[in-house]
Amino acid sequence: MDLLIKNGYVFDPLNGIDGEIMDISVKDGVIVEKVDEHNAYVIDASGMIVMPGGIDIHTHIAGAEVNSGRLLRPEDHVRDVEPKTPLTRSGVGYSVPSTFTTGYRYARMGYTFLCNPSMPPLEAKHTHEELDDTPIVDKITYPLLGDWWFVLEYLRDRKIEECAEHVAWMIIATKGYAIKIVNPGGLETWGFGGNVKSLDDPVPYFNVTPREIIRGLCMVNKMLNLPHTIHVHTNRLGQPGNYITTIETMDCVKDLATGDKLIIHITHCQFSAFKGDSWANMRSGADDISKYVNAHSHVTLDMGQVIFTDTTTMTADGPWQYTLYGISGNKWVNHDVEVETSSGIVPFIYRRKNYVHATMWAIGLELALLIRDPWKIYLTTDHPNGGPFTEYPKIISWLMSKKAREEILKKINRKARARALLPSIDREYTFYEIAIVTRAGQAKALGLKRKGHLGVGADADIAIYNIDPRKVDPSNDYKAVQRAFSRAAYTIKSGEIVVKDGEIVNTLDGKTYWINFEPTSQLDPLSNVAAELKKRFREYWTVEIENYFIPERYLKHSASITVRPGV
Amino acid sequence: MTPKYKFRVPVYAECISPDIFSGKSVEEILALKVWEGNKNRSLGDLFNVSVEKESGEAEVVIYLSGDFIKVRRVGANMTTGKIIVDGDIGMHLGEGMRGGEIIVNGYADSWLGGSMKGGRIEVKGSAGDYIGAPYRGSKDGMKGGTIIIYGDAGREVGCLMMGGLIRIYGSVKHFVGINMVDGTIVIHGDCAGKAGGGMRGGRIIICGHIPSILPTFTIEDIRPSVNVDGEKISGPFYRFVGDVSDKGEGRLFVSKEKNPHLSFYEKYL
Repeated sequence: MDLLIKNGYVFDPLNGIDGEIMDISVKDGVIVEKVDEHNAYVIDASGMIVMPGGIDIHTHIAGAEVNSGRLLRPEDHVRDVEPKTPLTRSGVGYSVPSTFTTGYRYARMGYTFLCNPSMPPLEAKHTHEELDDTPIVDKITYPLLGDWWFVLEYLRDRKIEECAEHVAWMIIATKGYAIKIVNPGGLETWGFGGNVKSLDDPVPYFNVTPREIIRGLCMVNKMLNLPHTIHVHTNRLGQPGNYITTIETMDCVKDLATGDKLIIHITHCQFSAFKGDSWANMRSGADDISKYVNAHSHVTLDMGQVIFTDTTTMTADGPWQYTLYGISGNKWVNHDVEVETSSGIVPFIYRRKNYVHATMWAIGLELALLIRDPWKIYLTTDHPNGGPFTEYPKIISWLMSKKAREEILKKINRKARARALLPSIDREYTFYEIAIVTRAGQAKALGLKRKGHLGVGADADIAIYNIDPRKVDPSNDYKAVQRAFSRAAYTIKSGEIVVKDGEIVNTLDGKTYWINFEPTSQLDPLSNVAAELKKRFREYWTVEIENYFIPERYLKHSASITVRPGV
Repeated sequence: MTPKYKFRVPVYAECISPDIFSGKSVEEILALKVWEGNKNRSLGDLFNVSVEKESGEAEVVIYLSGDFIKVRRVGANMTTGKIIVDGDIGMHLGEGMRGGEIIVNGYADSWLGGSMKGGRIEVKGSAGDYIGAPYRGSKDGMKGGTIIIYGDAGREVGCLMMGGLIRIYGSVKHFVGINMVDGTIVIHGDCAGKAGGGMRGGRIIICGHIPSILPTFTIEDIRPSVNVDGEKISGPFYRFVGDVSDKGEGRLFVSKEKNPHLSFYEKYL
């Protein structure tokens, strides 16, 4: 079906379109120059905002970890139940919703592309099964490679090319998209009951430092020409004083950048931006981090904003989750994934009146507001670690309205309010900037050519929000902004209308994107690595290599992107 | 209210509550939504409802008569009024209630008064497991109010309890007061054992027989009587403290007279 979206205010930052009234034409799931109005379904978007479909660069929506989170939290499900309708399936869960519910809820907010971070390679099959069951949206997933024994060994021996070949094999084998690094070195050290304390603290036995892991994998990433940069969850996450480590992490790969090319993404940066040396004097390090980011062009961040609510934290960062269990005294899961990574899950309540939680809330917003270039920071809550993704409309209103922020500031811990930088920041995002932090910027950072914009040739993933930017003043009427962004007037996925007035009207399946590598004379992962790995699988893993590798036919809707490594 | 037919699948009827009925006409009450299994039905499809006196001001009293054993979450989160059940009632009766009163002339199924914060529940018959216990996975135990059961009760009475009073005139099965933090549980009958496992605070008083005390409890002294809610329950009672494996300071009172096999504890005094 051809589609014509008429008279909407179009915000398409990748093409530099800032709220112009334009028509968007769609044919066969792709945006085209023009369609015949008489044969097309016409959507009258006058008085509405038209944006590319939303992209979430970091959201834990599928896989073993998320599923353990679901098992751990029946009390989270009972509070939030979605009954089935003739079209949609039933589901439960507020902070860890079931797969179908996740897809529907994202689509209702106008999101059409999700990135599932932290997939232990061993659990890749499970992850893809759940991603297949997440309807409507397109998906990618990042395998965890920062603490994989082979990576540690090759980097210790400074064999970057062999390492690249192994990483390429793993990305093909797990149908991954980018290299995810979580607490580099720390997860393996956790296997010895410890954690790394700085970038130069070596991992026991392997004798390789976090700095070497980050730099090594950054070189591997460049060598493989992966569309996204390395995706880094920093060392010492969640510990007071860690902002220094974060800046060092960004700085340690600076010399590997060529030109203005991005080479590192620091994810959920809020959790890595604490100053002070204890919880009592912990304060915001957003100022220093934003100064660094403003002065450099090789790095992007996402917020990891905290919402005051009852949520479930889950990361591959086993030692940190153990600390969190100690802090909260709550039930917990900690898991060691063979030779690959660790993981942990702890339910957590962020409270307004708690000094640390309130400070964390402020840090996320300070980062987003102090970093001048919105192309460098993206909106996330690190779902569900900072709060569930369904709260994004609230964050959008906080970014767009000082008044909305002040409303919350009035209610938070007094000491946190007095120490926060947030009250002194007057900046308010425009709709154009919101379009950058929620879609265009992410598409750019992920190297997606056909997503995140509305130019001719782009995939027709479009979100239409019922809010008139000429009539509504977002800084005063922030509630209208929240309402509009929580229920898209229309969400269009691959040229089909999937959501109308905030209700699902069509439940098509999205695609799963993954990276394939064109074999070259120097780098041919499938032929070179498999034979060697096969032997070592016997020694190291509990599964055989034949059961490990995910064939393409295993994915419901596979979409591979072929990359030519430039060794 | 009476059921129109025998229910085969659970019916979730949190709308049967004085707070929701108050100020509504019969038609409005009949139109309230309930879930029968996975079907969304209205109250009138499932129950015959008659109203005795239609007036606004007085306290709302809801009479349920018949077999309600499949009907769950009745009186959830209620704050006022009264529910009287003539017959058996299903799980999660009065879950999260804050005030008002529920009287059951029959059997009440598990999770009776789960996470309740106030009010009073009286059961003339017996009750199921997890009395006053929070929903699975939650730590939000009973915080206040009173539950009185004249018959027997099942396992894990007062699990994760944080306040209030549970009084059982019959006997109970295992793990009474498991993980409790505060509040009082009085058992006038016997206890099947493992009382107070993981308790960190609060009091459990067992007037009947108990086969053994958990090894993580230490004896403190012998008390002639215990005061509960202004009433004196005479003993004498062995007083234990625990659960020490959870650094707990809960007190477990066990009748001396009914438990002669525990007399060996006296040598540790």
